[in-house]
Amino acid sequence: MDAQVLKQKSVQYRKTILRSIKQAKAGHTGGSLSCIDILNVLYNHAMNITPENFNTINRDHYIQSKGHSVEALYTVLQDKGFYPASELDTLNQFQSHFVGHPTRKVNGVEHNTGALGHGLSVSVGLALGAKRDGNSYRVFTLLGDGELAEGSSWEALMSAAQYKLDNLVIIVDRNMLQITASTEEVMGLEPLADKFAAFGCAVRSCNGNDIDDLVSTFDRIPFETGKPNLILARTVKGKGVSFMENTVKWHHRVPNENEYVAAIEELNRMEATI
Amino acid sequence: MTDVPLGRENLSVFADTLLELASQDPSIMVVTSDSRGSGKLVPFGQELPEQIVEMGIAEQNLVGVAAGLAMTGKKIFVVSPACFLTARSLEQIKNDVAYSDHPVKLIGISAGVSYGALGTTHHSLHDYAVMRAINNIDIVAPADNFEAREVIKAAVFHPRPIYVRYGKKPMLDLPRADTQFKIGKSITLLEGNDITFIATGEPTERAYLAAKQLEAEGLSCRVMSMHTVKPLDLEALLHAASNTRVLITVEEHSVNGGLGEACATILMQHGIYPTFKVVAIPDEYTVTGNQLQIFDYYGISADGLAETARQLLNRSTSDLHRIQNKI
Repeated sequence: MDAQVLKQKSVQYRKTILRSIKQAKAGHTGGSLSCIDILNVLYNHAMNITPENFNTINRDHYIQSKGHSVEALYTVLQDKGFYPASELDTLNQFQSHFVGHPTRKVNGVEHNTGALGHGLSVSVGLALGAKRDGNSYRVFTLLGDGELAEGSSWEALMSAAQYKLDNLVIIVDRNMLQITASTEEVMGLEPLADKFAAFGCAVRSCNGNDIDDLVSTFDRIPFETGKPNLILARTVKGKGVSFMENTVKWHHRVPNENEYVAAIEELNRMEATI
Repeated sequence: MTDVPLGRENLSVFADTLLELASQDPSIMVVTSDSRGSGKLVPFGQELPEQIVEMGIAEQNLVGVAAGLAMTGKKIFVVSPACFLTARSLEQIKNDVAYSDHPVKLIGISAGVSYGALGTTHHSLHDYAVMRAINNIDIVAPADNFEAREVIKAAVFHPRPIYVRYGKKPMLDLPRADTQFKIGKSITLLEGNDITFIATGEPTERAYLAAKQLEAEGLSCRVMSMHTVKPLDLEALLHAASNTRVLITVEEHSVNGGLGEACATILMQHGIYPTFKVVAIPDEYTVTGNQLQIFDYYGISADGLAETARQLLNRSTSDLHRIQNKI
């Protein structure tokens, strides 16, 4: 897909995210906005996953370990035609199958997530299965940075390196913030790239809110034969709406009417410049 | 009394059966946590190296990876000590296996107090309780070699997640007229209507021996192997409870949250009130000893269970009077 179209999609996705969170009266605004460009490039450029091939095994797979950014995932799946657009309007509502964390009840979601530190292990299993079966598919997984405090993430990394899973692509949404404060204040992660390298990953950094940078980074996979691919995607939490950017309170704040209108106007102005 | 032949360890039967099944079905895969030796799976690893995956001592990752492997269409058996598997990996079991509905087979080895004097860290007396409270996972504890073998054969094609626990002491080969095995369907080993023992797992043979003692005293005893703790065989439970004076549940588990409480809940809700007792490990740090010493200490022995039955039988007449007169 043309980079110009991808950039337009990113803005449209941001508007859908904000609309669905406002309507649901709940959601993880900041994290969904930080990772949406990654999801955009994954589903529209890097990965081979479509509604048509979803029920087959030898296509790419995606596990969203940072399950709280579910609005970003539901938004992209809607755009890809995995479910009728109107269904997203039921997000979080009584008896809706659109739960506030990814669920397989929604077509296109492969695995239920929400508790942190789980997705990478499941992805290792999928990637290991491909190696054992001689399948060519790749497994992509998106991790939050705050969730890296979960020890299970590091157990999973050890096993990814042990089994030389170069068909595994781990993307870290490095937005530097979590629900309480900055990641470094809550439980320091740095030097993060060095840690991943020490755990046996082939590490690449990119601007996770820059479509061109994401495209060229994903195009270089696999980075090194026999090593899991690790993309440290530097992002801005709340990206795209100035008053939401880099602000702890927008972790899961729901925009009020005035904030929503201001945000949409800002995104419309951005869209006009693309 | 000891005319019942002694068989092998259920764990060995499990390992041999799985190797046999996996030799014919390459989609069967074992995932271990540095536990292939304790799971008696060294021959499996040697004969079928492409069908075993080592995850190291990392039980959270163990179960998460198993869920991912199951998504590729494989029949995944996670083999890890029950004490760690059902505690350390509990969130992975809840979310990645049960909630996500990947039909992983979780095999808890050296379960209950099989590790004996190694102590509380190595005991799993909580596993029925925590697993019962998680939706979409069945729980089975085989009583003898027959059940140990049959449950694995059934687990291969079981459509839901399942947890099976095994001990490691040689088990009696319990006489059984019926050789049908179905997950969720209890097996009646003896028929009688004075006293009913509903047992699960390795203490079942002790309930059987207690019943034989009591039969020699002229009492009529029923012994049921309730190998499936969840879902319980309601029909058999209600039938037995309606046709007995005394009902005793027997399990290698804490008194809290296991087979006994599960049965009591069902019976209360159906208004069936036999004189009732839960024989299990009390809510305390378990006495030091091997598995059989621990069983004996807490009355999970042929003598202990027979004595419990005699006492309850004496009480049952007054229980009946109390219930009938709503005192």
